Amino acid sequence: MSRAVGLHLGVIAALLALQFVLPAYHHGVLARVMVMAVFAMGYNVMFGYTGLLSLGHAMFFAAGMYGMGLAMKQWDVPLVPAFLLGIAAAFLLALVVGVLALRTAGVAFMIVTLMFSQSLFLAILHFGAITRGDEGFALARSLRQVAGLDLAAPATRYFAAWGLFSVVLLGTLALVRSRRGRVLVAIRENEERTRMLGYDVWRHKLMAVVVSGTICGAAGAAYGVLFGYVGASFSQVPYSIFPLLWVLLGGAGTVIGPFVGTLFMFYLIDLSSGLTDAYMLVVGVALVLLTLFLPRGLMGSLRDRGMKWLP
Amino acid sequence: MDFGPHLLLAMLEGLVQASVLTLTALGLSLVFGVMRVVNVAHGEFFMLGAVLAWWITFLVGGPPALAFIVALLVAPLLVGTIAAAADWLVLRRIDYDPERTIVATIGLLYIIQQLTLMSYGPDARPVAPPFNTRLALPWFEFGSGGVQIYWPWGLSITSYKLFVIFAALLTGLALWAVMARSRLGLILRATQQDRETAQAFGVPVERVYALVFGLGAALAALGATLVVPIQQAHYLMGGDPLLLSFIVVIIGGLGSLRGTVVAAILIGMSDGIISVFFSPTLAKMLATLLVAMVLVFRPQGLFGSKPA
Amino acid sequence: MAQQKTDGLIAPTRRAVLKGVAATGLATAMPGHLYGATDEPIRVGFQVHRTGIGASYGRWYDRTTTAAARVINEAGGINGRPLEIIAEDDGTDPKRGAEVLEKFANQHNCDIAYGTLFSHVVIGSAPRAAELKLPYFVVSEGHHVASGMLNRYTLQPGITDVKSQVQAMAPFVAANLGKKVTMIYPDFAFGHNHRDFFGDAIEKEGGQVVAKIAIPPTETSFTRYFPQIPRETEVIYHVMVGPAVLTFVKEMGEFFGPSSPEIFGFIDSLEAVDLATPGLEFLDGSFFWEGHPRYAQPDQTEYDKFYREQVGVDENGASVDDPRDVSTYSHMFACWETLHVIKDGMEAAGYKGPQDRAALIEAVEAMTDMPESRAHPQGPKIFNGKTHQVFGVQYISQVNGGRLDVKHVTSIEDGLYPDEVDYTTQPL
Repeated sequence: MSRAVGLHLGVIAALLALQFVLPAYHHGVLARVMVMAVFAMGYNVMFGYTGLLSLGHAMFFAAGMYGMGLAMKQWDVPLVPAFLLGIAAAFLLALVVGVLALRTAGVAFMIVTLMFSQSLFLAILHFGAITRGDEGFALARSLRQVAGLDLAAPATRYFAAWGLFSVVLLGTLALVRSRRGRVLVAIRENEERTRMLGYDVWRHKLMAVVVSGTICGAAGAAYGVLFGYVGASFSQVPYSIFPLLWVLLGGAGTVIGPFVGTLFMFYLIDLSSGLTDAYMLVVGVALVLLTLFLPRGLMGSLRDRGMKWLP
Repeated sequence: MDFGPHLLLAMLEGLVQASVLTLTALGLSLVFGVMRVVNVAHGEFFMLGAVLAWWITFLVGGPPALAFIVALLVAPLLVGTIAAAADWLVLRRIDYDPERTIVATIGLLYIIQQLTLMSYGPDARPVAPPFNTRLALPWFEFGSGGVQIYWPWGLSITSYKLFVIFAALLTGLALWAVMARSRLGLILRATQQDRETAQAFGVPVERVYALVFGLGAALAALGATLVVPIQQAHYLMGGDPLLLSFIVVIIGGLGSLRGTVVAAILIGMSDGIISVFFSPTLAKMLATLLVAMVLVFRPQGLFGSKPA
Repeated sequence: MAQQKTDGLIAPTRRAVLKGVAATGLATAMPGHLYGATDEPIRVGFQVHRTGIGASYGRWYDRTTTAAARVINEAGGINGRPLEIIAEDDGTDPKRGAEVLEKFANQHNCDIAYGTLFSHVVIGSAPRAAELKLPYFVVSEGHHVASGMLNRYTLQPGITDVKSQVQAMAPFVAANLGKKVTMIYPDFAFGHNHRDFFGDAIEKEGGQVVAKIAIPPTETSFTRYFPQIPRETEVIYHVMVGPAVLTFVKEMGEFFGPSSPEIFGFIDSLEAVDLATPGLEFLDGSFFWEGHPRYAQPDQTEYDKFYREQVGVDENGASVDDPRDVSTYSHMFACWETLHVIKDGMEAAGYKGPQDRAALIEAVEAMTDMPESRAHPQGPKIFNGKTHQVFGVQYISQVNGGRLDVKHVTSIEDGLYPDEVDYTTQPL
């Protein structure tokens, strides 16, 4: 077992162990952070490893969330198939968006993804009769049960979040260590050369978009199931910016970085909001300082300084 | 209202929107064209312009026209200085790396927003327009007795809105004159085309960058100062101008000032006109998808040349 | 414009909490700690919109809450224990809202949570309140509570919901202004509530909605929507929210010029906006719904007078420190009243600590009449324990020379409608 695999299994084991010792508040926080870290890890597949900067990932999160939520609320689908429907919705959306958006690159790609995401937000508002518009809707606790387990109970919620997190963490680790994953990195580093070497760049990029979108959809569906709310705010611009920030903070192109970034950002906001009302100012200053002094994010800087094996 | 006057009204309103959008987007386009960085805080410079315009008119007092003229001169200057300082302190140090610039400007966005909330507060505040006369407009119809002129209910514009269109036009022309005719324009164009060569010819690129960043922000602030007697200054007002400017700059073709102007007018107008035909939220959705599709099938924008 | 400085005990910041904790010499993280000492404060977690789109309302909710807590404490607190407000900003975001509730329950050891305005934050937070078994008193005016969408732990005892408000307006509009109504409203849930509930109510009065004009959110320019107003319109019914409300009303005036139909608006369209702002002259003679009359009326009650003094609002509804700082008078009274309901509920339940949360819910559910008093300065109310929703009188005021004069007060019965849920059947 390599050091890399050991590290990630260690993180998973540590998170499992923390379940039994954390005080209630931080226990709840960590469950939520793990779900949002899945969102960030999905984003990282596209941005960190393939070099595709999307400004519209909220649409995949929302597609998963609404796919699951509407299936349960409007069509009485049970939880597990509804969750899978949510993921399927994000998968389909990613496929369509990928095919269209990958015709562009660079800043145009950023804008196209942003526009698609904004359209989804407006669609959620426009079809308010079904989606309940900007207010969204709550999922009753009675719906959030699976095989006799209450997903709204702290321990099961934590386990569910941990399970999804572990699968995605190990999945992305396997992906980036695979042949396909190395092609993605090659595309990020030099797209032309990769093409010359005979790889189908477009196909690989599309795969990255679809994998990324699907993972983010799973995060959205999981958030809805575990925290009982489906709402349009998750499809708005800030939720496209957040995963970018988390990934950049933790270290783009590192498997563990997105989790570290999500955790760091959460506590930065949570702790500074306790000290001052101006916590967004603290966040802003932190971001500027990070770009000035830790440009590769927390884990990226570690990799630069000795931990070269960090995937 | 009948279809004809309705369309005319939507076009006039669209033109006012387009004027302000042109100025804001020109600022973003200039920064992108010369410096090749995406300034996510651009919308916040717009907001800062509006908020400073409120402060200035509040402090100057006196007749609205006088206070407004002072604001029109001072607010863009202040915002430009703040932006240039941010460039010097932050962006210069990260060497204008595209990704790091995005994060740094997101940081700036939060800082500006929060400082505004703390000092100016969460309310939307109005600035009195220097003049504001309602001008009713006539329309014609073909009756039995030939063409008849009449004054439809609601078909009107205000003198101030006409002034906004005029002022934007004037600023656009001035910018064009600077870029095409002056020595400064020459330096800017040289830096845009090839940074290294320009440096070799003695262009102080760092200072040019700070100047351009300041100028871009000042243009946004000017647009905001013009719009603040129509809309109100509010600490969250920067989001929409940022998104729209982004769209305009890309559709217009990156770095092409001419393209930016045409795209701004196109998008400002179409936003108004589409709303005549569709329910508004659906109209916004369709317009957004349309923009995305234009980019998908013409990624270099309408006026950009195909990348080699 | 800076945050108000307030007395340490009730100042709604965490700094104050720490101070308070130091004063009583207790560690924050004592799980299962039983409250016994009489000086141990009752902790009310205040979910406040300090940043984000709700900040303008949040600031006044903050001030009203601070004043109400001070008044309650000066009168001896709750069951002899001081009331302590622990405020956390939710950024007007449902996700952060849910996190803030967890913080109240598990970190600050709050007894209850309270104070949320924006509907999406309420709906995003309410599931967590039920899971944490944390009584959650919202001040939102949304129909979400009474519609049955939420749960037994969420209550709205301080402000009438929008369905009731809107329904109570229809008889007046039909009888005094006209029967053919064009509605202009924001194209999201809040606006849709107006559209649906008023549409039904005006038809019962023999009127009709001739056009429905939905304005997309984030819109900053409105003139182009007004041509959709049909000529046959007798009354414009407008309601708008957000930072662009003043633009909306001004452009409506510019559109109509000298010849407008009757105009009836919800004060939301001009909440926290000075009516004397240039460009609003055309509103003279038009009518507004008010939750609570912004301008002190000639027949002002002693209760309203007291409330105004304590919150620091002058007779024009603006801050006593700054006459241009106009309050959200039609909504913020509900913070004051909700805190008093909490006090009454806790005293009725003999509330001692978190183990009595269920008893508190049951005590509030048992409430019915709330007479007009210092605790209820907006007017008398009836609480419906089954739907967890309160119903009160509504005010209809006319603009007259830059101020609002109350012309009609609806009865509580005007706003009643059949129950849509019975929360008391849900387990606690």
